[in-house]
Amino acid sequence: MVADRPCPHAARLGPGLARLGAEVARIVAALGRGADYVELAALQPADVLLDLYGEDIRARAFVTADDGAEMMLRPDFTVPIVGLHMETGRARGAYVYCGPVWRRQDGGSDRAREYLQAGVELFGADDPAAADAEALRRVLDALGEAPVDLVVGDLGLPLAVIDALDTTDARKAALRRHLWRPARFHVMLERYGARQGDVAAGRAGLIAAVAAGRAGALMAAAGAPVGARGEDEVLDRLERLRIEAATPPLDPAAVAGLEAVLGVAGPAPAALGRLREIARGLPGLAPAAARLDARLDAIAARGVEPGELRFEGSFGRTTLEYYDGFVFGAVARGRPDLPPIASGGRYDTLTAILGGGRGVPAVGGIVRPEALAALTEGAT
Amino acid sequence: MRLKLGIPSKGRLQDETIAWFGARGVTIARSGAGREYAGRVEGAPELSLVLLAAAEIPGELAAGRLDLGVTGQDLVREEIPSWAERLEELAEMGFGFADLVVAAPAFWIDVRDMSDLDAVAAAFRARHGRRLRVATKYRRLAREFFRRHGVADYALVDSAGATEASVKNLAAEAIVDITSTGETLRDNHLRVLDDGVILRSQATLYSSRVARDTPERRALRAALSARLGLAAPASA
Repeated sequence: MVADRPCPHAARLGPGLARLGAEVARIVAALGRGADYVELAALQPADVLLDLYGEDIRARAFVTADDGAEMMLRPDFTVPIVGLHMETGRARGAYVYCGPVWRRQDGGSDRAREYLQAGVELFGADDPAAADAEALRRVLDALGEAPVDLVVGDLGLPLAVIDALDTTDARKAALRRHLWRPARFHVMLERYGARQGDVAAGRAGLIAAVAAGRAGALMAAAGAPVGARGEDEVLDRLERLRIEAATPPLDPAAVAGLEAVLGVAGPAPAALGRLREIARGLPGLAPAAARLDARLDAIAARGVEPGELRFEGSFGRTTLEYYDGFVFGAVARGRPDLPPIASGGRYDTLTAILGGGRGVPAVGGIVRPEALAALTEGAT
Repeated sequence: MRLKLGIPSKGRLQDETIAWFGARGVTIARSGAGREYAGRVEGAPELSLVLLAAAEIPGELAAGRLDLGVTGQDLVREEIPSWAERLEELAEMGFGFADLVVAAPAFWIDVRDMSDLDAVAAAFRARHGRRLRVATKYRRLAREFFRRHGVADYALVDSAGATEASVKNLAAEAIVDITSTGETLRDNHLRVLDDGVILRSQATLYSSRVARDTPERRALRAALSARLGLAAPASA
């Protein structure tokens, strides 16, 4: 049966489709207790997603256009639902949905270009730990007895450490911006830390010229001022480079601590213990670790044993930059051929970006019904 | 049967291709007047000739409609996803040199490398409320290169005509384009970033891995490789 496959080629039909329909209804019921069921247009305006994610989303979503604006075949439900919720002006809201999403794949890839995604989004909860646990609980209910391995993480931990670094706001902003690009993030840590002297030395001539007031003359000699980025912007950045060169390197202990936070891995309770140890020498981490502690308590209160959750400090860093707190995922045990069966997390910042600065706390999760069906039917 | 060889249908690339084969004892003669897209091969009974726009040759090789083809590495890497699975480079031909580069206004004395460009993109977005635009005809290669260097907050824009002029024309803030001498870049007040060379491209003889593999075809390939003095073909 075509619908038995995790990634049907072109059609779903017959008994397989009926089973899939029943499975979707069960998943939506588990995710959506008390939530509004929402359907979204398959074609979404491209500009919102392009502005959020830039060229990365262009490589991952189908972009199309007629004589009007560019459109995108919905690659995800979360962003349009955030937009929908922010338009209501309400503080609270809970939404559940299920429908196809479309993702571009590389040539030769056998990953699905169209698949169902069911999900829930919870907005405006007063108690973030409880809301995080609630999102996870609903997703686990949807997964039922399926053999999955659960991974959790918390991007709020490294973000809290970055905020507490004893350094310039410019450096903190640059590090926050690249948290979701691990290789680049590591390079930035080096440029602000161990290699700061080399970087400053490499720019010594330029910095000296700026300090001597010769920046304008250098710039004029280099070429005509073409393009939308003006001479004042070049001068501004030169001034920032001068300040950066004069700023002491990051404390090696803080850099090591931050890398250690990102490297923590193990059962969630043990990981929390390790984070508390690191927090003794690392400013900013203790309050974030306390939030993780509260979340694990809330998760336990909903009948999930925290020891069953594997914690990974870097989990969620290679997805689209979107989650900024609790993150979780479920992978099919012993089935590397299947995509992740479920995932989710907290995305407070995204609501502020889409809400024009007015954000609400938000957490959600998704399940892939076809992959789940393939896993559970394969297991029986 | 014969192996179908696609070569550029006009211009200097065609002249140099003909000279390259000629130096290896294979004469390519254009039949009819200059604008007619036909020709024949002498001195290599295993070949038949097809004249195509250089830009069409990568797609024809990837589809298996050509067995062999001469085109630029830049076009192959841009247009054919996972190109190495579908095409094999038989010989770099020593002409048609072009570098694909990232270039920005020369007066940006604060920008030397891709790391600087990334920092500028962040500041530009904060100031202008939109992403820094990079004009190019090479979207795939540009996007992969920018991702590898961890550049964020940019947007690629298609350049219809002369990419080098897009900064001056306020259609973009930087460009990704091919250059051979750098003169056009300088004329447009642009400068290549220190680590901004994406690809050093040249005309290359490719064979298709997609074309159906038969003993006869393998024999023809081996005969051609011997004739052209190439390494024996990899097991196709």
